[in-house]
Amino acid sequence: MTTSNITIDEAGTEERPLLEIRDLAISFQTASGEFQAVKNAHLTIMPGETVAIVGESGSGKSTTALAAIGLLPANGRVSGGQILLDGEDISNASEKRMIELRGNTIGMVPQDPMSNLNPVWKIGSQVRETLRANGKPSAPADVARVLGEAGLPDSARRAKQYPHEFSGGMRQRALIAIGLSCQPRLLIADEPTSALDVTVQRQILDHLETMTAELGTAVLLITHDLGLAAERADKVVVMYRGNVVEAGPSLELLRNPQHPYTQRLVASAPSLASRRIQAAKAEGIETEELLAPAEAVAEKALPDDVLKVESLSKVFKLRSGIGKATDFTAVDNVSFNVKRGTTTAIVGESGSGKSTVAQMVLNLLAPTSGRIVFDGVDTSTLNSREIFKFRRRVQPIFQDPYGSLDPMYNIFRTIEEPLRTHKIGDKASREKKVRELLDQVALPQSTMQRYPNELSGGQRQRVAIARALALDPEVIICDEAVSALDVLVQAQVLNLLAELQSNLGLTYLFITHDLAVVRQIADHVCVMQKGKLVETGSTDEVFDSPQQDYTRALLHAIPGASLMLPPVVA
Amino acid sequence: MIQYILRRLLQVIPVFLGTTLLVYFMVFALPGDPIRALFGDRPPSESVIAALRQQYNLDQPFWVQYGLFLKNLFTFNLGVDFTGQPISATLGRVFPVTAMLAIEALAIQAVFGVAFGLIAGLRKGKLFDSTVLVASLVVIAVPTFVLGFVLQLVVGVQLGWAKPTVGANANWGTLILPAAVLGLVSFAYVLRLTRASVIENMNADYVRTATAKGLSRPRVVLAHILRNSMIPVVTYLGANLGGLMGGAIVTEGIFNVPGVGQKLYQAVIRSEGPTVVAIVSVLVLVFVAANLLVDLLYAWLDPRIRYEK
Amino acid sequence: MKSRSVMKSNRQIEHYVAPIDETPLLATDTLKIDAAPLSLWADAWRKLRRRPLFIISAFMILLLLVVAFFPGLFTQTAPNDNCQLGDSLAGPSAGHPLGFTFQGCDIYSRVIHGTQASLTVGVVSVIFVLIIGVTLGALAGFFGGWIDTVIARIGDIFFALPLVLGALVVTQLPFFRENKSVFTVVMVIVMLGWPQMARITRGAVIEVRNADFVTAARSLGVSKIGTLVRHVVPNALAPIIVLATMELGVFIVTEATLSFLGIGLPGSIMSWGNDISAAKDTLRTNPEVLMYPATALSITVLSFIMLGDALRDALDPKSRKR
Repeated sequence: MTTSNITIDEAGTEERPLLEIRDLAISFQTASGEFQAVKNAHLTIMPGETVAIVGESGSGKSTTALAAIGLLPANGRVSGGQILLDGEDISNASEKRMIELRGNTIGMVPQDPMSNLNPVWKIGSQVRETLRANGKPSAPADVARVLGEAGLPDSARRAKQYPHEFSGGMRQRALIAIGLSCQPRLLIADEPTSALDVTVQRQILDHLETMTAELGTAVLLITHDLGLAAERADKVVVMYRGNVVEAGPSLELLRNPQHPYTQRLVASAPSLASRRIQAAKAEGIETEELLAPAEAVAEKALPDDVLKVESLSKVFKLRSGIGKATDFTAVDNVSFNVKRGTTTAIVGESGSGKSTVAQMVLNLLAPTSGRIVFDGVDTSTLNSREIFKFRRRVQPIFQDPYGSLDPMYNIFRTIEEPLRTHKIGDKASREKKVRELLDQVALPQSTMQRYPNELSGGQRQRVAIARALALDPEVIICDEAVSALDVLVQAQVLNLLAELQSNLGLTYLFITHDLAVVRQIADHVCVMQKGKLVETGSTDEVFDSPQQDYTRALLHAIPGASLMLPPVVA
Repeated sequence: MIQYILRRLLQVIPVFLGTTLLVYFMVFALPGDPIRALFGDRPPSESVIAALRQQYNLDQPFWVQYGLFLKNLFTFNLGVDFTGQPISATLGRVFPVTAMLAIEALAIQAVFGVAFGLIAGLRKGKLFDSTVLVASLVVIAVPTFVLGFVLQLVVGVQLGWAKPTVGANANWGTLILPAAVLGLVSFAYVLRLTRASVIENMNADYVRTATAKGLSRPRVVLAHILRNSMIPVVTYLGANLGGLMGGAIVTEGIFNVPGVGQKLYQAVIRSEGPTVVAIVSVLVLVFVAANLLVDLLYAWLDPRIRYEK
Repeated sequence: MKSRSVMKSNRQIEHYVAPIDETPLLATDTLKIDAAPLSLWADAWRKLRRRPLFIISAFMILLLLVVAFFPGLFTQTAPNDNCQLGDSLAGPSAGHPLGFTFQGCDIYSRVIHGTQASLTVGVVSVIFVLIIGVTLGALAGFFGGWIDTVIARIGDIFFALPLVLGALVVTQLPFFRENKSVFTVVMVIVMLGWPQMARITRGAVIEVRNADFVTAARSLGVSKIGTLVRHVVPNALAPIIVLATMELGVFIVTEATLSFLGIGLPGSIMSWGNDISAAKDTLRTNPEVLMYPATALSITVLSFIMLGDALRDALDPKSRKR
């Protein structure tokens, strides 16, 4: 034990770190040689303390945490440094020792509630085997108690159900119950809520916090969201390209970031940016520089409504049992208008019907009732040739950067496809156009020869934007277009979208679950809940004076509410 | 669950009707006298032909014929064979033998296939794994009848470990060699399927979570990796029952097992069309019923299936 | 939050900053590829080239094709002529390296000349199975609804008729009995073999159908059939290719099995299955007469199964993801 890591609490007694990671290096054996995933990681967790590791995908944050519980993938190994648990180096401990520690000394709450429960066992038996393996009482009553403590209502009955009968939030509660069931001293929570709806996220994190506080459990929280990390943790550790670049008390780190990477992260994190905008407005400061550049163009926007959605509904027939069908109303009497040259956001959680609206606006799905009027024409009255023309004017960008490009097409063919489909120009002029488009989305022209699997998520999304722009459309529907991207890349793509809007006068319909992003890019907001439009207004109106409880809950769920942030970052 | 069973039953009925109709249509919608045509060059006695004509109601319109055929099938009134013997009586005698052979083959392929596949999967990339993988390809490539002759010659004749032919006294012990031959090809498929599925499940999130809970390695392997890997294996075993029936014809022929396959094979050689149709229809019935059973087993293994809309 | 803010004040937490030159800041999301552009097929080819399994099987298949189409390169002895009963079951001699069959025909020559029938049946059957199975499977998977229901039910009906059982019935029909040939065997195999291909295609198409790039193509104005042909089917091809290669082996076995049972190729066509069937009566005394064609058959099937296995590994979408 180095003395520098022994701190003295108020009572004056010496305290030893629960977990101390020193100079940790982790390498992976891959087909193309050894790859250093973690080069130099170090952090200290005191008993009962919450420490967050923040970083983008590939930064090594999850790998570091997995090493602490001895769960590196088979091709990974600790190649240097130490992981000290209570002074014992467990970086290369035997599997037997790790089995002793797991569950009752180190617990884990994994990221994705959909894939982390075994689908073939009842929830109760998955809790029971945990208790049993760690020598705890495992009678049905104990199982029910454990699940109940994690906030699962009616837990005795719920324990007899299978994972697929649970919603995402309930599964995550079950996983928290499992992680904490044997009162571990350290809980590793790897993005515990990033797969959940925002309002559920907040409830789950609040509950997790209460439980760990009661048990005195230390938490190692892994997250990509700096705002969330700062709000939940005593201490934040920032990782970048396998190294810890900065670590310190949460607020201090946000207010006074030193490393350029942290500075960039603080400036870009949407949750922080939207909080900052709110703070600035409260203090009466002009917020222009905080918003994406397109905001200025909104003033020049033409007054006409390029898109009018009137009492739109969509009812799906669901088969339930033999010969029976029930109606499911995915979209229920939704109306809104989109002004030319502006950005309108449709916000909602999963199942709110927002993507169904997008599909109908794109004329890929027929409405059950209601109308969509594009540039004065009801789109349901279009014949096939008119629909073909309509496609030139309204283009989509989708969420999944891995799914939105055909893996068999190189980038040139991908971007050229719309031109070829609409028989625009000859071969030479099409190639010229593709080059221009790549310039517009700030990708080198040499990208043309590449295939999607050679590009990163952000780059693919740029290609998707270039493809959407190829036909010089007037309206672009962005269906969760930036949700899957890392924070910095997300900021970059949002800026690109804003720039294109101001240069080309584009109109955006922006479908998202992320209100923080909406704050940065949208002029108007429509909030949807369970197929209904619950609130609509300008972004300022909705953020400053939300009229509905649901909207307030969504706004409240943006991480960082409790942080006092300076309005502008230096 | 009850809904699921009902739905599966409803799906099975058209399949069964369709398949028997297909068989029946091919054979009995022939112009002229199908019975005589089906016997080829060596027609049986007039009395047998008369009995068969009556059996298949050839004077009735086609749909009535088919309906009566189905009725006969379900009442095991299958008509007479070449010599005028009732087919149902013969089947009653030979069916238990084939059932025994099939169960033994199924047990061999399931037990050894799953065990080898599990070990190979857990030791992916190691020597055992690569050896087993290559060996399984060889086993798949050697046709059942070649394998049958080789094992009959080597194990039965040269080494004398088992009787090369079964003959009249078919029991679990004497059937072991033909059952091994019958099961070997599918054994290789089961092995490869188990291995692939074990490897996939080993990397599943829930297995990592199970380890993180502090479970012992055997518990993780058995309750989480193996348990979940059984789902595709059971599906395969069900779908492969048909292959097993085809293989039984060959195997029973080689080892002189007095089973359904041998009867069928003899009927084929003697060009006894009506007998072939009758036995195949019964086998289709068995196949469809067995698949239904496998579906229920599948639903038991995978709770998600039961609730699928 | 409140519960913890008490704790927050308790400890001193130092603010650590790593030296900047240790982890210099890179521009966000730059394109950093130096390798040559690689299409998925090129990538698969590169992986294949290094697999011994692929090299061996590809070499074997090439050799088999040469043997099938130019048997004269390998033997001057005609397989059927000058069979003399006096040579019955005789051992190897000059010019007859493998000895003679019961009928006194040269075994080596018969094995060489038998290649053609096996490969022809296998290849032609797979081509027809691909045409029927992929078309029906793709239509069922892509359009769904009643088209899917109808095709799936028809497939189920054929599927419930196991291949050998079905073949037994079909070959009882006078038409097949009287016209035994490569053509009838192919017909039987295709008739009973297409549902498997249709099922696999349907599954692969359904998996691709809902990908965003398909929706993107639709909203670009590409027609439904255009999307199916240009985007969906090419991306569903991998499992189809693997199954087709494996089925080639399986169909060759099927032909041999049917010939062995006496309901496949007629005796006038040189075929391993027929020869094995003819040799089974002398198995105990002269096993080698059976083993030579059996070995040729097994090696042929093994080559295709091995090729299919190597292709499966190389085309596995999971190995492609970054």
